[in-house]
Amino acid sequence: MAKLVATLASTHHPFYLKATTMPPEQQMPEAPEWKRKVEAYRETLARAEPDILVMVGSDHFHQIFLDNCPQFLIGKAPRYDATFYNEIREFGIPTYVLEGDEDMSRFMHQSLMDQNFDFAFSNELKIDHSIICPIITVRPQNDLPVVPIYTNIFAPPLHSPKRFYDLGRAIRKAIDDYPSDLRVAAIGTGHLSLELGGPRQFMETGPDPEFDRQAIEWLRAGDVDAILENVTHESMAQSGNATHGFLNFILMLGVAGPEGADYVDNLDLFHTMEAYFTWYPKEQAA
Amino acid sequence: MSKYWVDKFLFTVDRDPDYLKRYTEDPRTFVATWEQSIGPKLNDAEMSTVHGFTDKEREALVNHDYVALFEMGAHFFLNLTIFIGIYDEPYMEKNGPLSFQREFASKLQHWRGKEYPSVET
Repeated sequence: MAKLVATLASTHHPFYLKATTMPPEQQMPEAPEWKRKVEAYRETLARAEPDILVMVGSDHFHQIFLDNCPQFLIGKAPRYDATFYNEIREFGIPTYVLEGDEDMSRFMHQSLMDQNFDFAFSNELKIDHSIICPIITVRPQNDLPVVPIYTNIFAPPLHSPKRFYDLGRAIRKAIDDYPSDLRVAAIGTGHLSLELGGPRQFMETGPDPEFDRQAIEWLRAGDVDAILENVTHESMAQSGNATHGFLNFILMLGVAGPEGADYVDNLDLFHTMEAYFTWYPKEQAA
Repeated sequence: MSKYWVDKFLFTVDRDPDYLKRYTEDPRTFVATWEQSIGPKLNDAEMSTVHGFTDKEREALVNHDYVALFEMGAHFFLNLTIFIGIYDEPYMEKNGPLSFQREFASKLQHWRGKEYPSVET
């Protein structure tokens, strides 16, 4: 059976590449520290020596729109083009082509259906920055095939935090059950408190630093009970109108299981808190 | 009112460099064109007859009025990225990085502490 070798959950800041590659005299003061933290985080994936990446992100109205909007979707394609014109324009993210693995996508799709998750699928999925940002940060050589999974964190009504956690558990089971000797890393990205297109956007900190600190502690401890007791759609909206990206962190904790993280780091940046978590399955960590 | 139609406008224009240029340079003409021939197009053979703008929605789009669009429940991400596409560079040249984004936020300060208009369609 396939082996989960690492679970990574992080924020995806689309300006990382631009911020750390512009001429040094133009860089923001935090850029060197940001780069150092991201490169240290990258090592937590390299150490696990994965063969394939199951990647969880959320399309930001690039391929998916309100005329046809799935809650959960899995890519099943031999390759995935990535990054759209308006992301290149706004964030300076280059285009990519990611290799796919149709066998693993097919297996995971069936497994998730069998576990009562009614997944939509796409045989021609163009990936956006929610999946390319972690390629840039933790696997810039882009040398591994991926199975992409999209969640709806954007167009209400959204699934509950509990449903996201349960989906993480189901993804873990699908990985564990895959008949193969592949070493699999699961990588998902979302947000802590975040405001976009509202009165609290682009402040000196994220819109709710207290939530950010609390969320990091919950994830550090793997305390899913505290998360599910405290985090609701209403509480996330109060923390910032795009805070629902935290649902993907809850999902990734479901993949890892309710355990303390093996690696935790964060960085307070203008308008957002960056956070980086890695879990190694217990038998791997020993 | 059709939040969906407003969102479709923002979505289709933000993702197309030619539409974005036309919407930047002559919004009134472009919004009229969009209503006639771009918005309703489902594919080369099919047209939709379902949606339309109210006068208020049309004026908000013509005026690049992101405050009014926010207040109508246009999706926050679409409403931000399209106007960053139009205004980020000229603002940056004049007043430095993020100056447009901060002005955008400052014009919405009266919503702080309140429940924002729903973006559900």
